Amino acid sequence: MNIVVLTKQVPDLVEGLEIDPSGKALDVASLRYILSESDDHALEQALLIKEKVGGRVEVFALNQGEARESLIMALAKGADRAVLVDAGLDSPLANHAAAQIFATLLRGGPFDLILTGVRAIDDLDGSVGGLVAGLLDLPYLGLIRKVEIGGDGKTAIAEKEYPGSYAAELEVRLPAVLGIQSAEQPPRYVPISRLRQVMKTATVEEVSVSPPSQQLLGVARLFKPEEGAGAVMIPGDAKEAARQIASLLFERRLLR
Amino acid sequence: MIPTTAKLGSIPGWAILWLIFLAALGIFAWRVVFLIRLLKLGRAENCFDNIPERLKRALTGVFGQRRLLDEPLVGIPHLLIFYGFLVFLVSTSGMLLQGLFPALHVPSMESNAYLAPVVDVFALLVLGGLAVSSFRRFVIRPTGLQLTWDATLVNILIAALMLTYLFVEAFHRMTLPLEGGVWVPVGNWLAGLAGSSAALRANAASFHSLFWWAHVLIVLFFLAYLPSSKHLHLLAAPFSVFFSRLDPPGRLAAPMDQQVRLGAERLEEFTWRQLLSAFACAECGRCERACPSNQCGEPCSPRELVHNLKEQLLRYGPALLSQARAAADGGEPALIGGLISAGELWSCTTCLACSEHCPVLNEHMSIMVDLRRRLVERGEVDAHLEEALRNLARYGNSFGQSERKRAVWTQALDFKPKDARKEPVEWLWYLGEYACYHPALQHITQSLARVLHAAGTDYGILYDAERNSGNDTRRVGEEGLFELLREKNMATLKKAQFNNLFTTDPHVYNTLKNEYPDLNHGRHPVRHYTELLAELLERGRLKIARPLPYRVTYHDPCYLGRYNGVYDAPRTVLRALGVDLKEMPRSRRDSFCCGGGGGRVWMEEIGEAHSRPSESRVREAAALEGVQCLVVACPKDYVMFADALKTTGLEGRLAVKDLTELVAEAVGVVPAP
Amino acid sequence: MGNDILVFAEHFRGTLNDITYELLGKARELARSLGSRLVVGLLGHEVGGFVEKLGAADQICLVDRPELKEFASDTTKAILEAILEDVQPRLVMLGSTSIGLELLSLISARKGFPCFDNCTRLESRDGRLVATCQIYGGKIFAEVALPDATTLVAVVPGSFPKEPGEVAARPELRSIALPPVLPEARVTFRKLLEPPPGDVDITKAPILVAVGRGIQNADNLPLAEELAEALSGVVCASRPVIDQGWLPLTRQVGKSGMTVKPKLFLAFGISGAPEHLEGMKQSELIVAVNTDPNAPIFSIAHYGAVVDALELLPLLTEEVSNQATKKASS
Repeated sequence: MNIVVLTKQVPDLVEGLEIDPSGKALDVASLRYILSESDDHALEQALLIKEKVGGRVEVFALNQGEARESLIMALAKGADRAVLVDAGLDSPLANHAAAQIFATLLRGGPFDLILTGVRAIDDLDGSVGGLVAGLLDLPYLGLIRKVEIGGDGKTAIAEKEYPGSYAAELEVRLPAVLGIQSAEQPPRYVPISRLRQVMKTATVEEVSVSPPSQQLLGVARLFKPEEGAGAVMIPGDAKEAARQIASLLFERRLLR
Repeated sequence: MIPTTAKLGSIPGWAILWLIFLAALGIFAWRVVFLIRLLKLGRAENCFDNIPERLKRALTGVFGQRRLLDEPLVGIPHLLIFYGFLVFLVSTSGMLLQGLFPALHVPSMESNAYLAPVVDVFALLVLGGLAVSSFRRFVIRPTGLQLTWDATLVNILIAALMLTYLFVEAFHRMTLPLEGGVWVPVGNWLAGLAGSSAALRANAASFHSLFWWAHVLIVLFFLAYLPSSKHLHLLAAPFSVFFSRLDPPGRLAAPMDQQVRLGAERLEEFTWRQLLSAFACAECGRCERACPSNQCGEPCSPRELVHNLKEQLLRYGPALLSQARAAADGGEPALIGGLISAGELWSCTTCLACSEHCPVLNEHMSIMVDLRRRLVERGEVDAHLEEALRNLARYGNSFGQSERKRAVWTQALDFKPKDARKEPVEWLWYLGEYACYHPALQHITQSLARVLHAAGTDYGILYDAERNSGNDTRRVGEEGLFELLREKNMATLKKAQFNNLFTTDPHVYNTLKNEYPDLNHGRHPVRHYTELLAELLERGRLKIARPLPYRVTYHDPCYLGRYNGVYDAPRTVLRALGVDLKEMPRSRRDSFCCGGGGGRVWMEEIGEAHSRPSESRVREAAALEGVQCLVVACPKDYVMFADALKTTGLEGRLAVKDLTELVAEAVGVVPAP
Repeated sequence: MGNDILVFAEHFRGTLNDITYELLGKARELARSLGSRLVVGLLGHEVGGFVEKLGAADQICLVDRPELKEFASDTTKAILEAILEDVQPRLVMLGSTSIGLELLSLISARKGFPCFDNCTRLESRDGRLVATCQIYGGKIFAEVALPDATTLVAVVPGSFPKEPGEVAARPELRSIALPPVLPEARVTFRKLLEPPPGDVDITKAPILVAVGRGIQNADNLPLAEELAEALSGVVCASRPVIDQGWLPLTRQVGKSGMTVKPKLFLAFGISGAPEHLEGMKQSELIVAVNTDPNAPIFSIAHYGAVVDALELLPLLTEEVSNQATKKASS
């Protein structure tokens, strides 16, 4: 079972976001990058499948932010191969462009399953998983929370989430692309001692590709939601707030 | 007449005695050798350095019985029994020698006019001591003290030894003419009692012989039995104390370089010293009674931890010995999840109360941390702890907040503290993450900044470059992360120019002082802020504008008090403030942990605890009459106790304040409430 | 490319989802200002009954075949592509939902059509379409001018009102030339997993007390339950609480859970991730409590307080009970 995991780096929201003077992009200087959370889950799901049915897990990442570090972490968790893809650009790529790069690299295989996070916080033009599936003419299912490989290794049974807390068990023919919402287990912890050991011995493959033709999205402007156009803030401590909220509810005739 | 001269049947008594003696000695020796071989299964550890210090420790610990006198009810009886043991060691050896070599006329204590009464009185004292300690063990039944057949048997054997000795004396007396023999008060009294019976008087010599044999046989039985009983601690403890680690308790043992896997779980991964300490344990239960987690119903038990390591060694050690060179995987079941549960290990707050009260100086925590290291290495940590560790690795703080926000607390000040990264300072203030990031503590940190500013102290902070010092990370078992944090911090500290260093947080204090090489020695002494405040008050740099009319009590933080012996500085400060200080029953080295150490603030609650240590502590403070305020000197204490006041409903009764707040009020930096 | 606007009608387990009406309402408005025709793609099996609900549309492409039974995403995609071939719309509107997200990316990549996700606003300016999309957890909005090509846009449920889309009429049916042989379905449905039967249907409760990560652990749930009782309301939660197992799935509010529109929604310790907001932002009165003053929930709440939820809950319960007794005695 050959599993490919596609990952990307996204801005770390802990550091706060600022829009640059042009108004069309984020201020890169204040950004710090982190592995997209659902990609982390996709990697975990891939490792769980490998533990159950055997095989290989190969992780790809576009060279941006802390991609190299997250690839090393993937190797420390048990991935077999890590590939850093350099498209020679500084700014983040739109998902279409990223998908094109991945599709070109993966076309012809061999792989049985491609896993990636179903969404990332910076998704504007669709999701990488669905786009790659479209380019490679593979089936795609998103919002997956469980994956089992069929006995013959030719199908996968995925649990897909629907609204209202419903879910469906779907059988998909391999090779396929799955957009992972959450892995069956939370992403595993790697003790720093092991990570540092792996850092010394592991190799991250580097692949250069030519930048794709269409890179930018044509964003007219970025803006933050208006401050103050939100809630009416109730001042004071918890006791005061309780009093005010209770009166508010009373006024609105919400108390029985 | 020495009873072994008589013949039993056709065999001389001394011959029979020799047989039994050799058998008992043989069993004893065989068992001791076996136990030493078990110890050799453990890893190497150099415990032969600084012999003079070790000797001193052994002598004061063992002969001084220092720790035992913490609990006088049992400490004094044990002292009597212990010294009685030494006395009888000599006396009974003499008797044995006489019996083995009747022709040699070995001098005995019994016939010495000065020594005989000593032995005699000790027999009574030992019996008295036994009575008290047995009453305590079997009737009062303090927690942690086991009621086992072994304990019962040992008690019976000692009692029997004393009684038989007294009867030996008594009947010996009765064989002698009235004025003969030495004066032995108890023996004589007993002789008088027994002498009222004509039958006993007539057969005094036979009874003497009988009780003599009984005494000697019981001793030999005890000799053979000792290394298999809990009384093994008699042999093991002096050695264990001698070989105990000389490093301060605040410095954990770093893993050896050759270690492939961090931590320990299999017997061969513990050091022989750790295994020896398991044998030295007398199962007295002091550690358990002192343990805050245990007292609140959590699964943590230091005594059981050590006991289970011993159990594991006794059960599976023999299999490992016989396989010797074979792969160590053969047959040893996992310790964690077997005799020891993960819950037990995670519920420890690393407060050090266990080691502090242990009479044989055992280091329960070194075993516990080694096991935690193994759990971390396997990735078996709960979700909350994992999140904290991830945040520490990525952001340098467990809150998951940006490094850039570390100095946001300074924005409320009307001056800007010096940046120690850019200019030299006299004092480097290493705050610790709680003081910087926790919303409830910002005002305290700001007050301290103002107080020091008012005192004209030349201090600076590291702003965004400060990272978690790693104390609790290390104690949680994430050794790799601790090393990473330490490396980063040492690099930052190297670039900064400062003379002294002080910190708000005792946890930070402990690791910077003990586990960061080159700090605290020579040029950069590490101090706690209470020590700095005490110094400032003493030198008159801080003046009390208004003495505070409060009645307060003070909680000694574990990492400041028990770990590093700083008890007086905070009290000096309090006295200077004019408050009426009342001590809680559990103060100084008996201070009761708030429950937040050892990474517990990062974990979920474990097991079915009926209360929390912090709640027990605030109740203790509230029970002091008229005390309005519980004073703390550690940010985690503040947070834990503030929370406990709410959950116990004691908010109206008692307030928790950091020492800084009181100083700020007294000095006039903040307006009086 | 023509001038039509195509709306993909989403339905699940026998009902048209609200998103369909929301899309229709907005599409109708856009169609008016752009002089476009509004076409609806209705795909499924035995879905003819929905036609009269889709009166807001000018035309309906109805494809009713057994192969399009629920969950047949592979076949749905193929047929939708055929519809797009036929209609050649300038704009395709889908829901940014479990059903829509697959179609969006797959079709965009296969046909080379540009696409945009997480759209919360859509308007026409001087004949051009401008979409506003939320990214970075709702902290940033991106305004994009849609290019002059068939563009797919996925809209966040709850962004537009649904009333304008609820028109009772019978739009014209438009027949589509379908490929003679449908590609073999690589995805087959096996089983529906229903959420465990819950005691309460939170979508029907007029008052909801919602808890999020700020509740810290399951031991604090009784605080919320007490308040709920005092208000005659029901306790519900955001995803993190459900994932931990502190409350059953049926209490989940959000993208993968329930969408609720109660009279009162009290949010305690909920930061306001877009996936959660989607499920509750149409509540009549939203009061949010969070220690982080920058929590996104405050942007959609009507009232907010920056205090510790755990502190506030018992105090509020007390105040509410007092009000009740005051009322009773007056």
